[in-house]
Amino acid sequence: MKILVPIKRVVDYNVKVRPTSDGTDVDITNAKMSINPFCEIAVEEAVRLKEQGVATEVIVVSIGDAKCHEQLRAAMALGADRAIHIDAATNLEPLAIAKCLKALVDKEAPEIVLLGKQSIDGDNNQTGQMLAALWNVGQGTFASEVKIADGAAHVTREIDGGLQTLKLKLPAVITTDLRLNEPRYAKLPHIMKAKKKPLDTLTLDELGIDGATRVKLVKTAPPAQRQAGIKVADVDALIEKLKNEAKVIA
Amino acid sequence: MKTLVIAEHDNQQLKPATLNTLAAAAKLNQPIDILVAGANCGAVVSQAQAASGVTEVLVADSDYLTHQLPEDIAPIIQANIGDYTHVLAPATTTGKNLLPRVAALLDVQAISDIQNVLDANTFERPIYAGNVIATVESSDSIKVMTVRTTSFDPVAATGGSASTRTLEAGSASGLAEFVSEELAQSDRPELTAANIVISGGRGLGNGENFELLYTLADKLNGAVGASRAAVDAGFVPNDMQVGQTGKIVAPDLYIAVGISGAIQHLAGMKESKIIVAINKDEDAPIFQVADYGLVADLFDVIPELTSKL
Ligand SMILES: Cc1cc2nc3c(=O)[nH]c(=O)nc-3n(C[C@H](O)[C@H](O)[C@H](O)COP(=O)(O)OP(=O)(O)OC[C@H]3O[C@@H](n4cnc5c(N)ncnc54)[C@H](O)[C@@H]3O)c2cc1C
Repeated sequence: MKILVPIKRVVDYNVKVRPTSDGTDVDITNAKMSINPFCEIAVEEAVRLKEQGVATEVIVVSIGDAKCHEQLRAAMALGADRAIHIDAATNLEPLAIAKCLKALVDKEAPEIVLLGKQSIDGDNNQTGQMLAALWNVGQGTFASEVKIADGAAHVTREIDGGLQTLKLKLPAVITTDLRLNEPRYAKLPHIMKAKKKPLDTLTLDELGIDGATRVKLVKTAPPAQRQAGIKVADVDALIEKLKNEAKVIA
Repeated sequence: MKTLVIAEHDNQQLKPATLNTLAAAAKLNQPIDILVAGANCGAVVSQAQAASGVTEVLVADSDYLTHQLPEDIAPIIQANIGDYTHVLAPATTTGKNLLPRVAALLDVQAISDIQNVLDANTFERPIYAGNVIATVESSDSIKVMTVRTTSFDPVAATGGSASTRTLEAGSASGLAEFVSEELAQSDRPELTAANIVISGGRGLGNGENFELLYTLADKLNGAVGASRAAVDAGFVPNDMQVGQTGKIVAPDLYIAVGISGAIQHLAGMKESKIIVAINKDEDAPIFQVADYGLVADLFDVIPELTSKL
């Protein structure tokens, strides 16, 4: 069984991103870049499925400029077998990304596409569901547990009310939530080995994808700032403030 | 030019998030219909008819829709898209699961988590864990959007008198099958709808200590939430997580107990009206957003607070 794992290069989660001063974009020059945390969890899960003998090959794919080779190599250091870079603008929208992945699925015929539920830059949470629609397969989103048995994927999902378990016919799309696993750290020999693993590049033209923007970013602004508050000395002072100043308790 | 709102429900109750979504829809100034898709969901249909501002309730009531799987519901929306120019659902795990699938079937780019409607094509939404508010303009003919419910005050649940229209029944996709569900049972108000939320973090130390927060919450008729660290450590279940990747809350009063205030946590609660932080580290970043900060050991002050209220 082949597993395809799409990954994204994003601003590291520790960086506090701000709008540019002209309010047209976000200021991420010189920001530390990393593999999106949810994507890293997807790579880890795919590698574990290979270690369990469920998967035979793990292919990572990233869509963006050539800088994403860094994240593709990092994913191969975690255990992915080979990588595909789809050369495109870094701001391709989820629908266009899903179309790229569908084209790749047609070429590679994986049984599972395992990807992060959202990337922490755009916070869209769309790509997996869109791919599942275009591919006409089942979707197991926000997964906190994945088991492959009897030719089906058993996916436990984190939902607002608790947990839900689905059985998906294969092929299927699975998107990861944070508690699915804790990714390993790459060891030096694996990092060295990853440098020699195959990394192919494809273009949007080769895949027949139109990357035109449909939702234009017209403005960026900082969120409403909160007034700096005060420190209270003790519980009595806190209760007094909540009752008489904020009037949020009776 | 009409708007379709997707009702969130459990076949018995229309979820309050639907009323906030109707409020976002109302800002588009065009007729609003609601889709109720489920099984034996007549009670929900009646509630949807009564909701303020609804013209027509589209009803897809069939056994195969019991668990409302997106593989089954997305094609129903696609088949009935007619002259709807906007399709809205709450940005809950249900809405987030369904709407991108609908958008892809309609070949449009979905817009997630809108927090403001500027005009029929232009919306505001948070990106980068809410550190940036983006204004985005869609050129697609149909806008498929999830709505950040805390940004819109709910419409009235009663007073409406919408008509109903039964949709032609489809059949199960066979792609996905419901196996089981483990839903948290609680007598406390729902986290996203509560006026008061008390959240605990890693500082609580273990699951038993959350009892301190439950006791306080019961005194205040509040809900209890948690940071990711508390959920990951197994103190409490995942449905209590507040933050970028958990629930978004905006109560009148949010009390953060033993929570440091990471960006990802703030993303889920910084729209609260009043924020109280209780933390023994006076430099914890949570104090930068707190209206009232109390530098103290939670194990001393939470019991004291509970007894004095
Ligand atoms: C992709 C991604 C998504 C994330 N999404 C979320 C999310 O949705 N929600 C979320 O919450 N986090 C999220 N996180 C995690 C986030 O970065 C933080 O790690 C997490 O919020 C920390 O939780 P905490 O404040 O409980 O723990 P800590 O940061 O460990 O803070 C514990 C605090 O408790 C205080 N404390 C300890 N003992 C006491 C005591 N006895 N009395 C008083 N105070 C005490 C300490 O001083 C400290 O400030 C995400 C991270 C990533 C990478």
